[in-house]
Amino acid sequence: MSALLQVEDLTMRFGGLLAIDRLSFAADEEKITAVIGPNGAGKTTVFNCLTGFYRPTSGSLALHREGRQLRLERMDGWRIARDAGIARTFQNIRLFAGMTVLENLVIAQHNKLMRASGWSIAGLLGMARYRSAETTALERAAAWLDRIGLVDRADHVAGTLPYGDQRRLEIARAMCTEPVLLCLDEPAAGLNPHESHELNRLLLSIRDRDRVAILLIEHDMNVVMGISDRVVVLDYGKKIADGTPNDIRVDPAVIKAYLGEPET
Amino acid sequence: MDLGRLAKDAALAAFVALILAIPLAGFDTNQPGASAGIATRWNWVAIAVAAVFVGRFVIGFLPRRRPGGRPPVVSLFLAKHQNILGWIGLGIAVVWPFLPFASQYLLDLATAVLIYIMLGWGLNVVVGLAGLLNLGYAAFYAVGAYTLALTASYWNFGFWEALPLAGLMSAIVGILLALPVLRLRGDYLAIVTLGFGEIIRIILINWQSFTYGPNGINGLPRPTFFGLPLAARAPGGGETFTQFLGIDYNQAQRYIYLYFVTLVLALLVNLFILRLRRLPVGRAWEALREDEIASRALGINPVSVKLSAFAVGALLAGFAGVFFATRQGFVSPESFNFQESATVLAIVVLGGMGSQLGIALAAIILVTLPEFGRDFAQFRMLLFGAAMVGIMIWRPRGLFSIRTPSIRLRDAKR
Repeated sequence: MSALLQVEDLTMRFGGLLAIDRLSFAADEEKITAVIGPNGAGKTTVFNCLTGFYRPTSGSLALHREGRQLRLERMDGWRIARDAGIARTFQNIRLFAGMTVLENLVIAQHNKLMRASGWSIAGLLGMARYRSAETTALERAAAWLDRIGLVDRADHVAGTLPYGDQRRLEIARAMCTEPVLLCLDEPAAGLNPHESHELNRLLLSIRDRDRVAILLIEHDMNVVMGISDRVVVLDYGKKIADGTPNDIRVDPAVIKAYLGEPET
Repeated sequence: MDLGRLAKDAALAAFVALILAIPLAGFDTNQPGASAGIATRWNWVAIAVAAVFVGRFVIGFLPRRRPGGRPPVVSLFLAKHQNILGWIGLGIAVVWPFLPFASQYLLDLATAVLIYIMLGWGLNVVVGLAGLLNLGYAAFYAVGAYTLALTASYWNFGFWEALPLAGLMSAIVGILLALPVLRLRGDYLAIVTLGFGEIIRIILINWQSFTYGPNGINGLPRPTFFGLPLAARAPGGGETFTQFLGIDYNQAQRYIYLYFVTLVLALLVNLFILRLRRLPVGRAWEALREDEIASRALGINPVSVKLSAFAVGALLAGFAGVFFATRQGFVSPESFNFQESATVLAIVVLGGMGSQLGIALAAIILVTLPEFGRDFAQFRMLLFGAAMVGIMIWRPRGLFSIRTPSIRLRDAKR
């Protein structure tokens, strides 16, 4: 088992604030890695560095894909999604709210369709090559709609969906880019127990059926402890623990970060 | 709503109207035949105040629509029957020149409407689909018109040779503008495009040795019918269209021909945009409008998407510019001022951003409304402004505020 993503000495400084301090961890292929920590620990900042929204102050982010090593800290955000195959969701859902559910899933397959449409020329002429690519894209979208239970809502405007459906749609949209690593920023936030149980099943099926690695930020311990293969704990931008869920549960440093020092 | 409050509200509105009406309508300085002086028109002021009072009262009785509710019935009806309405509109457009009341004036007006429809559709790609506010659209329009004028006057280019060149030139200018403003959004982008529009106009005014400056260029070529000119006599002694057919020449034929050429190109533009909207590039435009950050996270290159939107918008403006120039037979920089950009933007906003049919309707309204008002002379612009305010109150999201999805699930099961 080789590491898919290798983070080495990642440091991110905003002016005088040290958001991430020499953080190193790895995410393995076909595994679910959770990043947890109290509020303000720097979890989302790690994601933003990883997906190219921030340029790290120092350190390296290496993704191993098909025997090649891609240095994410040197790539633009959209190239990370296209070439490195890292897809993400957002803490505050970012769907294309005015477009339909299906359109959201088709847009995620933009690069593939764009090539098939011959940068629009073949598409304008209605060539068979483009039409078959479009059919394939629709089939993929329909398959995902089936998995998240939104087939009946395919032509509804995405912004009108209930909150839980929007969460799942955002994950399905990210998966439609055919990533090797799926980064989820608090996917269970605001979900009821039933919905978060469904989410667990969806994430496990992504790991086991699609064989895609997941990097997960989450506060909901049922989700984290229930499905993670490995947990990385951050506090004040530093890694304070790294191990299996069972190790983390009893780690004194983690308990201290979450509950404070026991009184003596 | 109790009457007392309504009356108080109406009285307040009437008071505001009074303050506005005293300087605007109360005095008349224009007295032909007499020495300069000021006459008063208090009766006009009284009419204005009474009209506002009554109007405000009536509006108070109308049911108030809650924001975020169901879209109004009219919008739903229009959206549902968009295809039929489109075909009806096309039918009317085709028979228009042969209707009994069709005069040269009405035909010329219809050509102007078609040109504005094309402009509206072009700007809609940039503003409505890609969500990039552009206040300098007249600049691209000017590039198209001046491409025809300059190539005709320097190299004797005809209409058909200049048309593709104008589109190309305009698209290049569009990309050149887009390159420095890629990082800007919203208000900042609007200000830069506004400045850009003025730059083009001022270059046209001041580069006298090349563009003939504020005097403009006249004697522009008209479209020929496969090389046969529509004129009384062919320049250079060739055969004209009417001689070729063996019928008498009539000046109306020229107008009818230009009208149909414009109509055909407008239809092609429509098909082009409808097609693009269903292609990945069109969906990427809309995705960028909805959420640029999410688009980037899906691997969409925002730079190329924005460039393509600007280029397509400019290309279509370039085509429209050529039609504008040939319709007038004359171009000057003053035709491409901010007013022009604002009119086209108003067409897009009024039409309901993103709707082809809505934009066509809005163009008809905005181009013909000032013409209807000609009888009212000095109140023409007042009428125009009031109509705009009215439409924005009752149709705040445009005439057609319902978006048609670019793809549906049943398409998958063909």
